[in-house]
Amino acid sequence: MNAAEPLKCRPSDYKSEVKPIWCPGCGDYHVLMALTRAMAALGLPPERIAVVSGIGCSSRIPAYTNCYGFHGVHGRSLAVATGLKIARPDITVICASGDGDGYSIGGNHFLHACRRNVDLAYIVMDNHIYGMTKGQPSPTTEPDFDTALAPGGTGLRPFNPLVVALASGANFVARAYSGNPNETAELIVDAIKHPGFSFVEILSPCVTYRPDQRSWKDRVHPAPVTPTDDPARAARRLMTDDGFNLGVLYRGHRAPYTPPTAAAMVAPESLEEEFEV
Amino acid sequence: MSGANVPPVTSVAALYGIAHRIEADAAERYAMLADQMETHNNLDLARMFRDLARAERLHADKIRELAGAIGVGDDGGPIGPWKADSPESVDLYAARYDMSPHEALRMALAAEERALAFYTDLAASKVDRTVRDLATSFAAEEREHVALCHRLLERYPPASAARPGDPDAPGDR
Repeated sequence: MNAAEPLKCRPSDYKSEVKPIWCPGCGDYHVLMALTRAMAALGLPPERIAVVSGIGCSSRIPAYTNCYGFHGVHGRSLAVATGLKIARPDITVICASGDGDGYSIGGNHFLHACRRNVDLAYIVMDNHIYGMTKGQPSPTTEPDFDTALAPGGTGLRPFNPLVVALASGANFVARAYSGNPNETAELIVDAIKHPGFSFVEILSPCVTYRPDQRSWKDRVHPAPVTPTDDPARAARRLMTDDGFNLGVLYRGHRAPYTPPTAAAMVAPESLEEEFEV
Repeated sequence: MSGANVPPVTSVAALYGIAHRIEADAAERYAMLADQMETHNNLDLARMFRDLARAERLHADKIRELAGAIGVGDDGGPIGPWKADSPESVDLYAARYDMSPHEALRMALAAEERALAFYTDLAASKVDRTVRDLATSFAAEEREHVALCHRLLERYPPASAARPGDPDAPGDR
């Protein structure tokens, strides 16, 4: 975050001219709304924000903002976002992903981004399905969810991203529901302001391949507990979580990763000398 | 949608701000739906949503005019005062690329009914008389919008879909 005076901005100041091509009814429209509201609330100029994504429906989001954007390789958004933040610590970096891109194809990057604790916000639009490629099961799909591509369901236990994030060292763990765009915006603001790696899982229904997710609005509820900074307590809560608790679930104090100063770094020329034959 | 998240309205200035925000949010939402329908080539519906967005913007302007010197500044800032949606915003999750005008009008009706309920509840709550009177007048206006939606629904009877028989519907499994 920059210490400069916040600008008086409107959410529309952060929207690009590109019209989203998500399906009507998609939860990601609400996420875009929440994201631009969060940016306006922070009052950061668009050129001081970078939105980095991978591949998938959710990963189209950088194109719909007028901040710097990078629509990267499948599952590799966190690698790009980490590099960007290290190279340009003055930029607010927001990394966006979906459950397939972030938890399966980019699963390894997720673990290590949590561990490294670089100061960036990671928002994952979780709809428990690969929507862009017509409905394959993702790591968060329920074991008995029956599709033509997985008849009878996968039978596999779903991945628990919040537990994994906590265990891997994320400094801020929260869950939002896209149908509450203002609450989601507030959580994104909180995540961006919190030092270190902040993870916000956003339940974002895919009404095309998971019309059953329209019922999420009746299932989500505020977490009945206040945020904790105790990882053991947070772990117990998350292990018994019903998947629909909303709010900040863990807020840690671990210092974010800071790269070595220029003085401590070895000049490339000296390495060349070392390897000279 | 908004019931549990009603912000406190303790003054006429706050009510003007909230009322303006309700209309502005509704206009933004209809404009989003118009864009979505344009993208998905449901052009009749795009026009309908564009008209509804225009109507909501006119309502927002009217509230600003009514507020006069009081202004509409206290409207919750960039994020807004509600956790979920403001009352008159249509439910985006109910949208489909092939929805019919009847379904669109049902969405609009539900939004107008939520706005009516918001102002009716506010007018019935323990608030200052000036706030109550203003809430009552806004409720009367929303009642007219509800009636207008009912009249329009008679012109657009139910239909299963605007473009029935899509051979490649995205959700088919």
